[in-house]
Amino acid sequence: MMKTLSVALVALGLSAGAAAAAGETGKVTNYDFSFEGPFGTFDQMQLQRGLQVYTEICSSCHGLQYVPLRTLGDAGGPALPEDQVLAYAEFYEVWDPELFDGEGDFRLALPTDNFPASNLSNAPDLSLMAKARAGFSGPYGLGTNQLFKGMGGPEYIASLLAGYTGEEKEEAGTILYENTAFPGGWISMSPPLWGDDVEYEDGSPTDIESVSQDVAAFLMWTAEPKLMARKEAGFKGVLMLTVLAVLLYLTNKRIWAPVKARAKTQPAE
Amino acid sequence: MSGIPHDHYEPNSNAEKWLHKRLPVVGLLYDTIMIPTPKNLNWMWIWGIVLTFCLVMQIITGIILVMHYTPHVDMAFASVEHIMRNVNGGHMIRYLHQNGASLFFIAVYAHIFRGLYYGSYKAPREVTWIIGMLIYLLMMGTAFMGYVLPWGQMSLHGTAVITGLFGAIPFVGDAVQTWLLGTSNGSVGQPALNRFFSLHYLLPFVIAGLVMVHIWAFHTTGNNNPTGVEVRRTSKEEAERDTLPFWPYFVIKDLFALAVIMAVFFAIVGFMPNYLGHPDNYIEGNPLVTPSHIVPEWYFLPFYAILRAFTSDVWIVMFAEFITAGIIDAKFFGVLAMFGAIAVMALAPWLDTSSVRSGRYRPMFKWRYWLLVVDFIFLMWLGAMPAEEPFATLSLIGSTYWFAYFLVILPLLGVFEKPLPQPETIEEDFNAHYGKASADGAVAAPTPAE
Repeated sequence: MMKTLSVALVALGLSAGAAAAAGETGKVTNYDFSFEGPFGTFDQMQLQRGLQVYTEICSSCHGLQYVPLRTLGDAGGPALPEDQVLAYAEFYEVWDPELFDGEGDFRLALPTDNFPASNLSNAPDLSLMAKARAGFSGPYGLGTNQLFKGMGGPEYIASLLAGYTGEEKEEAGTILYENTAFPGGWISMSPPLWGDDVEYEDGSPTDIESVSQDVAAFLMWTAEPKLMARKEAGFKGVLMLTVLAVLLYLTNKRIWAPVKARAKTQPAE
Repeated sequence: MSGIPHDHYEPNSNAEKWLHKRLPVVGLLYDTIMIPTPKNLNWMWIWGIVLTFCLVMQIITGIILVMHYTPHVDMAFASVEHIMRNVNGGHMIRYLHQNGASLFFIAVYAHIFRGLYYGSYKAPREVTWIIGMLIYLLMMGTAFMGYVLPWGQMSLHGTAVITGLFGAIPFVGDAVQTWLLGTSNGSVGQPALNRFFSLHYLLPFVIAGLVMVHIWAFHTTGNNNPTGVEVRRTSKEEAERDTLPFWPYFVIKDLFALAVIMAVFFAIVGFMPNYLGHPDNYIEGNPLVTPSHIVPEWYFLPFYAILRAFTSDVWIVMFAEFITAGIIDAKFFGVLAMFGAIAVMALAPWLDTSSVRSGRYRPMFKWRYWLLVVDFIFLMWLGAMPAEEPFATLSLIGSTYWFAYFLVILPLLGVFEKPLPQPETIEEDFNAHYGKASADGAVAAPTPAE
């Protein structure tokens, strides 16, 4: 009946809040990422390239304080071999309050530690950045763009990194850089990428757009490390519930059959 | 129960008789599960089961989340990330709980609007309706406090806005706000987080208690049904021609509907779990940085729109401010309107003067009802829009219709409307739909029980 339709309408209207809360964003390109859609998965090689970009460029200012280093070895992520995870962890130093008779001291990081936090107070932590920004919204607060294109967090990150125009201006003592993806158009982060900033072992392209997408994909993984497990669980759940629904539908039909048959033999008075 | 004549539980074995004499719990369960149910119930009668399922799911996932969550302003956000990354299956448990709240509200709105269309609130089911409204209020409180717990930006600043509303109450507002937040400077901090956490854990169990009373109440009066015609109670034979026992006919039907809904729900949890959330809530709460646009969760938006509709340049607000000598200002008026919007809905049993229960037989009521549904969705959309023109005027129009529906249309329709003929019995309605007579088609009849 029509009410079910209205429920569907309500469900569509739900996202209005999410979309509007995201605020105004600049021009965000709808890049194709491998992890999009119900069956999309992370590209392991891309995550490893993104990790390299993060390590060589982003990590000089930004941190990933919520991400445990050991998860670099997890399936469904960059999936580094154990010895590489161990070696990678030793790039970093962490503060250990238990060392030096409880006074604390720095030591090399272990896989059980998290990535360090940001080095600069005005450089936001990047652990959840890909979920904390919405590249897409609307139209008219309806949220259908997010329904079809996704929330747009990774797209926003990639667009931002590739969105510098080269213009800069000084405002209240800080230099601002023009960026087409950043809300308001001027960002205080200096352009981090200039083209060929990294050298990939697998020979992938290192132009600004490709590198931006690699690191955006990596940051989607840091924000949602269980993405592949979640989609698999969702898929299994939908499959099993659909089978259950079919069985219950048939059971229901069978149970009600004699009742309806009786109604046929005694038509309305 | 239900005053409908039917077979009661008879203990057979000696053990059953022994227990029944001491505690008739089996009899209670039997009568509850075998309650005679109108056989023409349509698919809008499935939401009760969905809601019960939601409550159980939220309590179970919630209890697991509490095992890993830390209610401290410096650790809450990180502990949620701990759940998402380190706890086995934690990400699924959390996404189920988070999206479970949305499913809960979709179901409760469908359930409420079902009641409004088929007149389920009318005598003798007013108590069921009132209890239901109490449950709905508690659900909103619980959902609101649960949203604070992850301690993201929207958690923090949303709480500041909503508790600020209580500050608008004349004379006692500041004291109430202080009491809610646990601090006198209006800041949302550790005391607020602690008490919201405590209440977020408590209220679901209060809801569970009220749900039992809600079920008890409608098991006393019997279910309403799409015709609004009561089950015949003169003899067991007649009652049995109008009804079927809840088990297995409606249990299986409801479970089928639940399985379909859960399949959709799992698709959302599995494939787009953050679609209904705010990206800002993945930024740790910071009192010094206010998000550019604070928006409540979708299920609060219609009432949020009503809250914001009554600005100081609306004549009725100016009038209220004038005659109360400024005690009711625009802010307080908005708060009154928001709670009033729910209050008028709760008073529907006494505002609706029509003797006909079901909207199916009320030609004038019908399109005004559907306009209310559209109005509700419209207000939901407006609630997410910025507070500027043309949204302010549109919100005012939407809010006016909401109040007019309950305060003007429902009372007057009973006087002016000429209802369509109703079927004599539920059996007649059921047979008309499934019998041979249905070949020429019962006009616009909703699909009764599959």
